[in-house]
Amino acid sequence: MSNKIMKRYFPLFVLPTLIAFAIGFIVPFAYGIFLSFCKFTTVTDWSWVGFKNYTRIFYVNGKLDTTFIHSLWYTALFTIVSMAVINVVSFTIAMLLTKGIRGTNLFRTVFFLPNLIGGIVLSYIWLMIFNAVLAPFSKTIISTQWHAFIGMLIVVCWQQIGYMMIIYIAGIQNIPGEVIESAKIDGASGWSMLKHITIPMLMPTISTCTFLTLTNGFKLFDQNLALTDGNPAKMSQLLALNIYDTMYGMTGWQGVGQAKAVIFFILVAVIAVAQNRLTTSKEVQ
Amino acid sequence: MARAKVNENVNSARRSKHGGLLTLVFSVLSLAWIMPIAVVLLNSFKRKAYIFRNPFGISAASLSDGFERWKQGVARVMCGTLNYTNGLRQTNFWSCFGYSLFITVGAVAAIILCCSMCAWYITRVRTKLTRSLYYLCLFSMIVPFQMVMFTLSKFANILHLSNPLGIIVVYLGFGAGLAVFMFSGFVRSLSIEIEEASTIDGCSPVQTFFLVVFPILKPTTVTIAILEAMWVWNDYLLPSLVLNVNKYRTIPIAVQYLKQSHGQLDWGAMMAVLVLAIVPIVIFYVACQKYIIEGVVAGAVKG
Repeated sequence: MSNKIMKRYFPLFVLPTLIAFAIGFIVPFAYGIFLSFCKFTTVTDWSWVGFKNYTRIFYVNGKLDTTFIHSLWYTALFTIVSMAVINVVSFTIAMLLTKGIRGTNLFRTVFFLPNLIGGIVLSYIWLMIFNAVLAPFSKTIISTQWHAFIGMLIVVCWQQIGYMMIIYIAGIQNIPGEVIESAKIDGASGWSMLKHITIPMLMPTISTCTFLTLTNGFKLFDQNLALTDGNPAKMSQLLALNIYDTMYGMTGWQGVGQAKAVIFFILVAVIAVAQNRLTTSKEVQ
Repeated sequence: MARAKVNENVNSARRSKHGGLLTLVFSVLSLAWIMPIAVVLLNSFKRKAYIFRNPFGISAASLSDGFERWKQGVARVMCGTLNYTNGLRQTNFWSCFGYSLFITVGAVAAIILCCSMCAWYITRVRTKLTRSLYYLCLFSMIVPFQMVMFTLSKFANILHLSNPLGIIVVYLGFGAGLAVFMFSGFVRSLSIEIEEASTIDGCSPVQTFFLVVFPILKPTTVTIAILEAMWVWNDYLLPSLVLNVNKYRTIPIAVQYLKQSHGQLDWGAMMAVLVLAIVPIVIFYVACQKYIIEGVVAGAVKG
């Protein structure tokens, strides 16, 4: 197809997406960065304040404000723990479900199901169960930040284990049969097979899954909002909810909320790029 | 050779011995896995006072008190479809269901159509503009929604996109990154000869795209449709900020607002609404299970 003819079709092929992309992403993103240096209540009444929003994240009236720092390490801890649990459990299930036992398809279907139910609906299912189970001990899920932590962890695991299991199963099934057979003939036992054959061969899958669970954990919002809404006293706020709360829950703090969002974006971007580097360097080997 | 055969026999014998045990373990685990949904289903038929007092049982009396007492206890706990009537009324559920369906179908259709066209064009015509558009799409995939939520929702308001039709434009814009990226990847793997042949046969670019390219894109189309549908149907934050929630609510918004707007949360109604929210998903899942699972695998590998 000659480029000259094609170029006449630019408005038809590209323009609809380009306009929507500008409305949905490019302009809000650029303007969001700009607004993080402004004081504003809506998009038209801004006044430039420089880095004041960024310093107000940590210092308010000369006093240290630890809510953001708290939600930062709370999120980091939550992300690491959920990443570890989800990957270990889903990998184990995937290993067992690729042995060809009876009912494999049914089990796979069941484990994957929660993933299709959205975060909000999922969280209210579990909120009822948590509160019912904790009621005899006169506790609720928001009694302490650790009740909230474990509650969110259970919900997130229930939701994502099935998803990661599916990806692991696909990865395991892609390992060439000859490799397994020849290892068996060489007398590799179950454990050394796992360590020397399965896990090295699965490295691309493992990095996909760790990456997905890592960013999912970092960006978690719906479950946090529905299960705890940050209670008790903002102690169970993950980063995304902390930003939302600053933006919409406190009048006059929109600028600070936007500044937090920029920091949040940078953190997520750094994780994504670092993970990508790591994966590419592994694949070269 | 003989040794290998012996080994194989030993292995298969061991596998079948463990196989039965594993099937049993997984049966129990699967039941436990869907327990939460089963409990919600059970509680959706109970009077709200008994949901927390007796979350896993169906009777106020225990069987040891005698069967008659137990039966009376069941009658006291169960309330038939009362919760469903309440839940449907409090959330205006059917209209929410309609909006969710309309927005999801509309957004997925718009994303598939516009992004496949865009991806084909920017892969085949290499200019500075198309190249930077591709990298912008790639970049947008790592930007969390919180980064743009305030500005995006305000702009959507200004542009009168705060309705079910307008939000489709917003979804097309925010979902374009993943779709353009995945379509481009697939288009790049196609050989250009087919397209050139169709041009020689007299097809315009529009005909070439819809008659030749789009049918070949089908596997990627299915993957993207599944991924975007899962995202849009379950999305809460974007529609709650963009839509005028007093007029239009999707199912996740209805569930969340059931808690916020009625002071004391009516857990009976909540249980019923949760069941109503899960049923369409389960039906969809059972109907398209194969595509969903394949789509998820393909999406994860490429994304």
